Amino acid sequence: MSRKDVIARQREEFIEDEGVIFLDNVSKSYTSGSPALDGVTLHIDRGEFVFIVGDSGSGKSTLIKLLLRELTATSGAVYVMGQNLARIRHRQIPKFRRNLGVVFQDFRLLKDRNVYENVAFAQRVIETPMSEIRRNVPLILSDVGLAGKYKSKTTSLSGGEQQRVALARALINNPSILLADEPTGNLDPKNSWEIMNLLEDINARGTTVVVVTHSKEIVNAMKKRVVTMRKGVIISDEEEGSYIDDED
Amino acid sequence: MKINTLLYTIRRGFANLFHNKWYSLVSVATIAACLFLLGLFYCIVVNIQNTVLKAEEGVAVTVFFEEGTSEAEEEKIGQDIAARIEVSKVEFHSADEAWAEFGPAYFGEDYQEGFPENPLEGMENYSVYLSDVSMQDALVTWLESIPEVRKVNYSAVTATTLSSINQLIAYMSVGMIAVLLGVSVFLISNTVSVGIQMRKEEIEIMKYIGATDFMVRSPFVLECMIIGLIGAAIPLGINYLIYDYIMNNLAGSFTSVISFLKLVSIDEIFRILTPVSLGIGVGIGFLGSITTVGKHLRV
Repeated sequence: MSRKDVIARQREEFIEDEGVIFLDNVSKSYTSGSPALDGVTLHIDRGEFVFIVGDSGSGKSTLIKLLLRELTATSGAVYVMGQNLARIRHRQIPKFRRNLGVVFQDFRLLKDRNVYENVAFAQRVIETPMSEIRRNVPLILSDVGLAGKYKSKTTSLSGGEQQRVALARALINNPSILLADEPTGNLDPKNSWEIMNLLEDINARGTTVVVVTHSKEIVNAMKKRVVTMRKGVIISDEEEGSYIDDED
Repeated sequence: MKINTLLYTIRRGFANLFHNKWYSLVSVATIAACLFLLGLFYCIVVNIQNTVLKAEEGVAVTVFFEEGTSEAEEEKIGQDIAARIEVSKVEFHSADEAWAEFGPAYFGEDYQEGFPENPLEGMENYSVYLSDVSMQDALVTWLESIPEVRKVNYSAVTATTLSSINQLIAYMSVGMIAVLLGVSVFLISNTVSVGIQMRKEEIEIMKYIGATDFMVRSPFVLECMIIGLIGAAIPLGINYLIYDYIMNNLAGSFTSVISFLKLVSIDEIFRILTPVSLGIGVGIGFLGSITTVGKHLRV
């Protein structure tokens, strides 16, 4: 092993020990326009609850896509669970994503399947035995308050219920990290708070939670770490922070 | 892959078929229409070609011998002719047989009266039938080079015409089948693409959850292969019924046309058409879905 490789290995071991997410001077440019991310360095520890806030075009979605390995950085390195995502090959991506739970603003449920099937699908992809799936799905549905609706079509559920199904699906494989991209964007205040409380519970059990949001009220009330982005750069990173408006 | 996953994949493939029933119906109809036309054209071309081939088989070259050629020499020449690849059949006609055949035709039943001896003495001959009429010239040149051969009768015009017709049909059928096949592949793969495009979101969701390309792809591939199979089986059945009807019912009504046409048997037609149609249906379903789903897997 060359000296360069030894240093790289030591660096990765450090990252693995210290945090679950590490962006090292990451930039991402698309074919035209200014970079979506410009030299972003961010470190998130195990078990943290972090809000990523910022206006449209600030780079939040690009950040989530980089963490999901949907995109690769133009420069810099993205480490998740100690893995340098640039080094993951296409066929290794599914296995990597099984460490993550993902929740989207538009829920992204499989519309032709019922609640049970949507949640069970996440276990099917990791080839969990049927007997375990039958045991695990009702438990997780019970955790998100949908025990009685496992047979319902997802299209017949309210927005809040659909987001709970998405949460159950994201959590059933016990991910180390939960990424939530505007999870309350399509919900009324009551349902939004219910979802945020669920996320807080999940975080309390040790899962690292990263929430991208526009909701000033939620961010200010929850007193968590807040990373504020503007035009592709991090302009503030505060423990127990608050939402910084554009005009601030 | 675990057996549970395999079973799940198969179950999803069938479930997708019924869940997207309108898409499935449209796809089956498109494939069926294309393969029906292809099958129909194939039946027509094969029968025309068969008719021309039968006509070619009836074209004979007649070989006459020099006076004094012994029976043994004639027999040896007959064997040499039969050994040539372009020759399908050789028939020997003795002078007596020739007189018995032509005598009544020209002089009536009492043809032997006034002919104490066979007037066709020395006219024994071979009728040589060709497997490939385009090689008639080469055969005639060779026959004329045999010292014992006095004369070779043949019709150059018939051979050339049949050979040209055969070639023309071959070129036209290859061209038409290629065009029909191209149109079928284009229409079918487009139908498959549209169906998969409609479910782009579903594919993305599966990928975000951590499904492998194989898990995402295989239910779609299975679904499209089943659609291809059904879409190929329906026109095969229709073409079979039509062909069977023509063979059984029209043969009686149009005897002269049918005898001229030399229809190929239904078994012979469908021995080739069945695997080809099913192969095209299933193959296009397979390849179309593999490539189209592949475009959406880069998530």
